[in-house]
Amino acid sequence: MSATDSIPAPAPAADKLTKKELTADHPTWCPGCGDFAVLAAFYKMIERRQLPHENIVTLAGIGCSSRFPYFVNTHGGHFIHGRAVPLASGVSLSRPDLHVFIFGGDGDAFSIGGNHLEHGARKNINLTYVIMDNFVYGLTKKQTSPTSPLGFKSKTDPTGAIDQPVNPIKKLLAAGATFIARTHSTQINHMIQMMERALNHDGFSVIECLSECVEFFPGAFDAGNPRKGGEFKPIDEKKWDNTPEDEQRHDITDEIAAYKLADLPFPGLFGVFYESDRPSKNVLEKKWVDATRAKLGDPTDLEVLQKTFDRMK
Amino acid sequence: MITSNGLVDPASPSSPAAPRADLRPKNIRDAVIRLAGNSQDGIQSAGALLARLAGRSAQEVMTYMTIPSTISGGPSIFQVRMGTGEVVSAGDEADFLVAFYQHSYEDHIDFLKQGGVLLYDSDNVQPNLDDRRFVYVGIPITGLTVEALGGTAKDKGKNVFILGLLAKIFDLDVAKLERLLKEKFGGKNESILNTALMAFHAGYAYPVGNVLATRYKFEIGADATGPVQVTMDGNQALAYGLIAGGVRYGAAYPITPWSTIMETLRAEFPKYGGLFVQCEDELSAVSMALGFSYAGHLAITGSAGPGISLKTEAIGWATMAEIPLIIVNVQRGGPSTGLPTNVEQSDLYQAIFGGHGDSPRVVLAPSTVEDCFYTAIEAASIARKFSTPVFILSDASLSTRIQAFDEPDLKSLMADPKPDLTPRPAGFKPYPLDAITRHAPPGTRMLDGQYPIVTGLEHDEMGHPTGSPALHVEMTARRRHKLQQLAAEIPLPEVFGGEDGEALVVGWGSTYGPIHEAVKSARQRGESISALHLRHLNPLPNGLERIFSRFKRIIVAEMNDQGLYGYGQLATVLRARYCDPKIRSLTKTDGLTFRVREIIQGVLK
Repeated sequence: MSATDSIPAPAPAADKLTKKELTADHPTWCPGCGDFAVLAAFYKMIERRQLPHENIVTLAGIGCSSRFPYFVNTHGGHFIHGRAVPLASGVSLSRPDLHVFIFGGDGDAFSIGGNHLEHGARKNINLTYVIMDNFVYGLTKKQTSPTSPLGFKSKTDPTGAIDQPVNPIKKLLAAGATFIARTHSTQINHMIQMMERALNHDGFSVIECLSECVEFFPGAFDAGNPRKGGEFKPIDEKKWDNTPEDEQRHDITDEIAAYKLADLPFPGLFGVFYESDRPSKNVLEKKWVDATRAKLGDPTDLEVLQKTFDRMK
Repeated sequence: MITSNGLVDPASPSSPAAPRADLRPKNIRDAVIRLAGNSQDGIQSAGALLARLAGRSAQEVMTYMTIPSTISGGPSIFQVRMGTGEVVSAGDEADFLVAFYQHSYEDHIDFLKQGGVLLYDSDNVQPNLDDRRFVYVGIPITGLTVEALGGTAKDKGKNVFILGLLAKIFDLDVAKLERLLKEKFGGKNESILNTALMAFHAGYAYPVGNVLATRYKFEIGADATGPVQVTMDGNQALAYGLIAGGVRYGAAYPITPWSTIMETLRAEFPKYGGLFVQCEDELSAVSMALGFSYAGHLAITGSAGPGISLKTEAIGWATMAEIPLIIVNVQRGGPSTGLPTNVEQSDLYQAIFGGHGDSPRVVLAPSTVEDCFYTAIEAASIARKFSTPVFILSDASLSTRIQAFDEPDLKSLMADPKPDLTPRPAGFKPYPLDAITRHAPPGTRMLDGQYPIVTGLEHDEMGHPTGSPALHVEMTARRRHKLQQLAAEIPLPEVFGGEDGEALVVGWGSTYGPIHEAVKSARQRGESISALHLRHLNPLPNGLERIFSRFKRIIVAEMNDQGLYGYGQLATVLRARYCDPKIRSLTKTDGLTFRVREIIQGVLK
């Protein structure tokens, strides 16, 4: 009997999962916050995919956007600042039956949790991480964030930010994330598409979602919003159709090309920058566990421990 | 030694020049053998083989080792105390000192008791033969080992050569030792095993009778047919205790002296279908362990004091969210990097009080290698029952100490590791005000469609955040009440010695051996002294005051500083708890385990 044998088969198809079943507390976000749209897109994506209700887990660290799990009626956890990735990794690695989602902000992901983001990506833990990037610290009321642009005036940079901002896509590429996408909270269908593709991906899938803080950085993402006079430019992905125009399209398995796309001036492009089929830690560890147990002849726990103690006599 | 063991005969010091025909047999009850060399000489493995042999021979055994914190090289010792009857400490003085180098001789000769035997490598050591307190046995160990191994192995193998010598001198079971050598070296290529056996037989065949008069023979113990013994070190015992306790998942970051636990679990958990993950840092490790626990698999993380400091925020979350977790702290000298390979019991405050906010924590401390095994099982059971983080405070001395103990009845001890994913009925509350938290791990169907959330914010019974002052009062009390309930369930520890009297020596953790040996010895001399050893340090068991009331003085012996007000860490906790001025403190901070005589002197003064 192994520790994971006990996980039951998915429940018989319950009633259809709709927004009604998925709604929990009313969000505490400010009116007009971009995060409302991310929540709506998540409901829509779950409705579309009809995942077993009990197998959805939403986890978060600390920040405005990290309140997300309270607003979704699924198993959920609201953890400490910056550590949602390792928490979610523990859930993912020990429970292959679950769909693990993390929601959080730029401070959580790129500042206090930056190291965990890199190692979660390197280890390629199977989970989906939606980073709602607003370029500012909102919960603590307007301090500079790791993605705040140069010159941004905040309470901690009254004369304008002087620290080079993080480029999330480049950071994720360098760390080894196996699915990297970028979207905009005003583009609901694009968000749903990106979430679905992230869910389909077996490995560490990250979506940077520009989500405006109307209170402390209003208008930050207008340049990517056609309704505010900007332009939302999706990545033109290669179709592998042997046409001459396909030559110009982006190969999402090309890391260098993705790096170059990520360097375009703000607001840049939106869509999938990179995807790789490098095996996840979940798969590699399971392979090791299975081989170990097979070599031992699939013994009971008592048999394994007794044998170990017999060697110590 | 406090009690004579029959080994040492102070009347007959000999010099290496005096020729002897053969070893005269002499019966002994126990012997303390200290091997002193450098860390790369393999004295740990030679000592460990001796310890394992003792375990297999129904002899009691206790070891003590120090390793330098440098990567390779540096002085190192391994001390084995083998005996017939109960052996609880590694011994204050050695009967037998094996010195590999001049510095080994110089640093350790004062540990040799008067009349004891100095066995030294005459190729490297020149002892002061004018010092007539000791018996000198000089053997060109380096030269003989090189000769025996054909010169190709240089002097690697000295440790096994000495094992052969000791086997001859102490009349050890050669067949059993050969089997142990095969188990240790047989897995690699055959030439390594052959080299080891050659070195062993060269040592065994050496005509040691020419330089030593006596062959020592351990008396057969009364319980030679007693229960089968298993021999392991404290970190192994802790790791296997966790497995018996149903722990299958964990995460950590390497740090001395904790690392060998994570190395063991990384290799062992997969055999049980579980997993141990090496993380990028301590914060990730505790967070991932909490992820495992939240997912329904009680998990373990661990470290030494500096790493525990880094884990502290997440442990506070575990207290608030009421997630079960086992946190092992293998204590070393602090603060900061401190004395990374020495022993200290200075993280008790950290374990009990180290959290932010009102965060009561369960703290247990094992007293012996055997107790590491059982404490781990109890920690797992408490963590589950009370849905709370539980600290296990071990230390550097227990971590590497090898001890033989009665084989546990594993069948009756194995706990079920499976998460409880049975569907929860309508009205399920993760944080009920009138009961202890029983989380529904993700994957559990909630029959009323209401899914729970675990959180570090103060929350209502469903886990939803609340700023209500009344709820914070109630929830804080709730988290306190469950530990008070635990306190009522903990059995009172037994008093060793008399039920009342002049003084009670209170200890915790690895000081068990020297304290008990000191009390035993003092009682034999007519002193009215008893001992009480606590495994449960927070919460304390109810009723300790009844025991304290029967003694005139309570002396808390612990390896930490006397603090600003003259009391060690447990002494301070006990004084705060019982407001009893007769509670006094006996502390030390030299990074070494208590010697028996330090305790006797400290208690009697």
